[in-house]
Amino acid sequence: MSWLHIMVLVPFLFAIIVPVIYRMVTPRIHTGWFVLIVPSVIFLYLLKYIPIVSNGDSVFISVPWIPSFGINYTTYIDGLSLVFGLLITGIGALVVLYSIYYLSKLKESLHNFYIYLLLFMGAMLGLVFSDNILVLYVFWELTSISSFLLIAYWYQREKSRYGAQKSMNITIFGGLAMLAGFIMLSMMTETFSIREIINQTDSIYEHSLFLPAMILLLIGAFTKSAQFPFSIWLPDAMEAPTPISAYLHSATMVKAGIYLVARMTPIFGGTAEWFWLVSSAGLVTLLYGSLNAVKQTDLKALLAYSTISQLGLIMSLLGMGSASLYYGRGDEASMYAAAVLAAIFHLINHSTFKGSLFMVVGIIDHETGTRDIRRLGGLMHLMPISFTLAIIGGFSMAGLPPFNGFLSKEMFFTAVLNASDMSIFSMESLGVIFPVIAWAASVFTFIYSMIIIFKTFTGKYKPKKLEKAVHEAPVGMLVPPVILSSLVIIIFFFPNVLSQYILKPAMGAVLPAYSQPGEIEIKISAWHGWNAELFMTIGVVGAGALLYLYLKKWIGIYSIYPYSMTFNNFYNQGLGKMEDMSFSLTKRYMTGYIRDYFVYIFTFLIIIVGGSLFYFDGAAFDASNNAPVSIYEGVLIISMLTAALTVLFSKSRLTAIVAVGALGYLVSLFFVIFRAPDLALTQLVVETVTTALFLLCFYHLPEMRRKAERVKFRMTNLVISIGVGAIVAILALSANGTRLFKPIAYYYENSYELAGARNIVNAILVDFRGIDTMLEIFVLGIASLGVYTLVKLRISGRGKSERAK
Amino acid sequence: MKEPNDIILHAVIKVAVVIILTFSINLFFSGHHNPGGGFIGGLGFSAALTLLFLAFDIETVRQNIPVDFKVLTAIGVLIAVFTGVGGIVFGEPFLTQAFDYFDIPVFGKTELATAVLFDVGVALAVIGTSMSIILSIGDDH
Repeated sequence: MSWLHIMVLVPFLFAIIVPVIYRMVTPRIHTGWFVLIVPSVIFLYLLKYIPIVSNGDSVFISVPWIPSFGINYTTYIDGLSLVFGLLITGIGALVVLYSIYYLSKLKESLHNFYIYLLLFMGAMLGLVFSDNILVLYVFWELTSISSFLLIAYWYQREKSRYGAQKSMNITIFGGLAMLAGFIMLSMMTETFSIREIINQTDSIYEHSLFLPAMILLLIGAFTKSAQFPFSIWLPDAMEAPTPISAYLHSATMVKAGIYLVARMTPIFGGTAEWFWLVSSAGLVTLLYGSLNAVKQTDLKALLAYSTISQLGLIMSLLGMGSASLYYGRGDEASMYAAAVLAAIFHLINHSTFKGSLFMVVGIIDHETGTRDIRRLGGLMHLMPISFTLAIIGGFSMAGLPPFNGFLSKEMFFTAVLNASDMSIFSMESLGVIFPVIAWAASVFTFIYSMIIIFKTFTGKYKPKKLEKAVHEAPVGMLVPPVILSSLVIIIFFFPNVLSQYILKPAMGAVLPAYSQPGEIEIKISAWHGWNAELFMTIGVVGAGALLYLYLKKWIGIYSIYPYSMTFNNFYNQGLGKMEDMSFSLTKRYMTGYIRDYFVYIFTFLIIIVGGSLFYFDGAAFDASNNAPVSIYEGVLIISMLTAALTVLFSKSRLTAIVAVGALGYLVSLFFVIFRAPDLALTQLVVETVTTALFLLCFYHLPEMRRKAERVKFRMTNLVISIGVGAIVAILALSANGTRLFKPIAYYYENSYELAGARNIVNAILVDFRGIDTMLEIFVLGIASLGVYTLVKLRISGRGKSERAK
Repeated sequence: MKEPNDIILHAVIKVAVVIILTFSINLFFSGHHNPGGGFIGGLGFSAALTLLFLAFDIETVRQNIPVDFKVLTAIGVLIAVFTGVGGIVFGEPFLTQAFDYFDIPVFGKTELATAVLFDVGVALAVIGTSMSIILSIGDDH
């Protein structure tokens, strides 16, 4: 264990003591103050890796986890994972600080909130620092689960539950696809380590699984990063508290897909399929998100669509940058490498300005009680600081100077213009689409950025539509967005410092050819002279401003597109249909009669046990060691047969129960004869308790209906019962005749020395095979809870419909 | 409904339950060297309790033994798990048991084994499980 491993585990460990802290300090101190320590400490710790990573080095520490399966917990820090680590902890600290003022310490169940948050933080750190793909997958799903829990934080609301379920369905589906992709990768390369897979890339291009693995991995990345058409979950995820939307659903979790694509670029990049899939998905998402954002009336939904669109932008940049791997080195390679640099640059910029915008929207929601832009307006004089923050964030998002969004948007334009000149991947004919889509999407980005700023803060103040008297937010709530907004401006003026220490090492991780510093000269500057990018930006501002001013004239176009054709509708319909289908299917075999269930269980027993006995030729009889049968045993067997037949032919249930009990006691007599007192005692007590249970159940059992189903059921039941009896008998005899393992007599002879116990049975139970016993009592406990809930919940739920429609 | 007159049943059970309880505790402790142990001791214990519940009203017994058997199950499982964790604390694999001999006043030389602690967990889990199943079914009228 190194400090790095411990840092990843700290959020999980701290989550354990959060409830204790919550109970101790509420209502005096807000729990968040204690949680704030965690991301701050990890952030400061990660800072020390910046010098190492900017020298082109990486850190690699491995701890065995499940060594027998080759699964190690390997932390790996290079430029890319460090960017993400700093974002996760940096934004995390700000979000926790913000949440202290956003969530009331008296009304909310803060312990849940912070446990989920820490769970997410730890999972996200584990995801980006893991080198083993299976460990990465585990953390990946853990982020989906914690996101589910956080979206459903206000679980009393139906919309929260709907959104949580939707995000879970889609992202877990993607995660499973990704797992399949990972498994294919490891089949091709026979390793689980990402770095080793990267070393083998040349040998897997020709493999037949190369394309399927790529597509499956991309499904995972696209669902997580809300790329079209999987993007539908993100707007519904906005039901989460605003700090969560700012943290998970704009700054970190949705960027996990970006991370995966960047991480996998050295493996798949340089091929036409990867280039087209990633960049076209990105561009379509960019356009789709920006078009839909404009028509939203809820500020958070608007931000959600804008996040989708910005994620598409980053994704398309990564796609275009992957062309660099095709060229290897040289002028063209470094031209496209600039796109990767732009992707990481925009990733950081987006986290700063979008995080600050989310926080401003949270402030508006908190202070006015609504996020609906139709009810808002004229807040400029009441909330001057928030207004300033919104202008900084909004103008940065629109791509205006002097904010960092301008720089990365210019670089984006450079990248699409370069891509349109590309002479490979059949871009000669289709390349011109890239700048067109980019430009159109930027116009709409400009429009929705203006909507956020001016529809809320200027215009007419409508106090009658608001529930609260509006005033500026408390200082603590303003500090996090102020920090983020200052970053927005600072990055604009000093982009090359960031580029030197953070961006270039990260680019080196995506494009291994540039992993050493000084191999590529990319200078980010605000002024390039009058070039095509600048004219494009001027065009965006002009067209965007015009369209914004005449917004009312053309907004009606959106209502033309029918709801029935949207992916949301497909999702809802599909989910409903699936529920109905599985319900009717389940209803067909879940008859409610326990004898039907027994038929299923025993049929499967015959098929599986009998089948494997037959298939592996397991039946083997060995009578050479058998002792002669004595008169006592003969008598016992005859009595047992009598008891069994009595059960079969008894007219009343009571007789049957008594006969079953007698059978059990006779078996325990066998144990006595064979000198196994432990077994005999246990069997006796078990029989006693079982009979008592039977008598209790007796009251509830239905009348015996022998006549009713006589003809239909008799034959099947006879076949099945004889089959089960035969299989069990063959199995028991074969067990005697087969010796696969060392006999356990060794334990018998040495139990006193090994365990200090003379009773071999007990020594086996509690010592030699202690883990079996432990798991068995675990199962017992779960079974008892199961019975309890079945019996009790049925009573309280009686009368309600089984499915909430 | 008229209360059934179970004087003889009650009188017999009052004596029998004490005997069964003593016997099952004996079974539990003798388990280390002789037939018995946590599972069987626990089952015997719950057989005695079941007898009480059968003879007297469930509510009456519940008032006198105010134990939530579901919690008892959880405590049992936790004890078993924690004795296993104890091994890890001393640098041994999970669930390693230890024993040694001590001189204790009155009892003389006595063997103390952590396996018995584990067995306590087993017994509690068995009592909890069987009683909560029996009670939830028996309660359901």
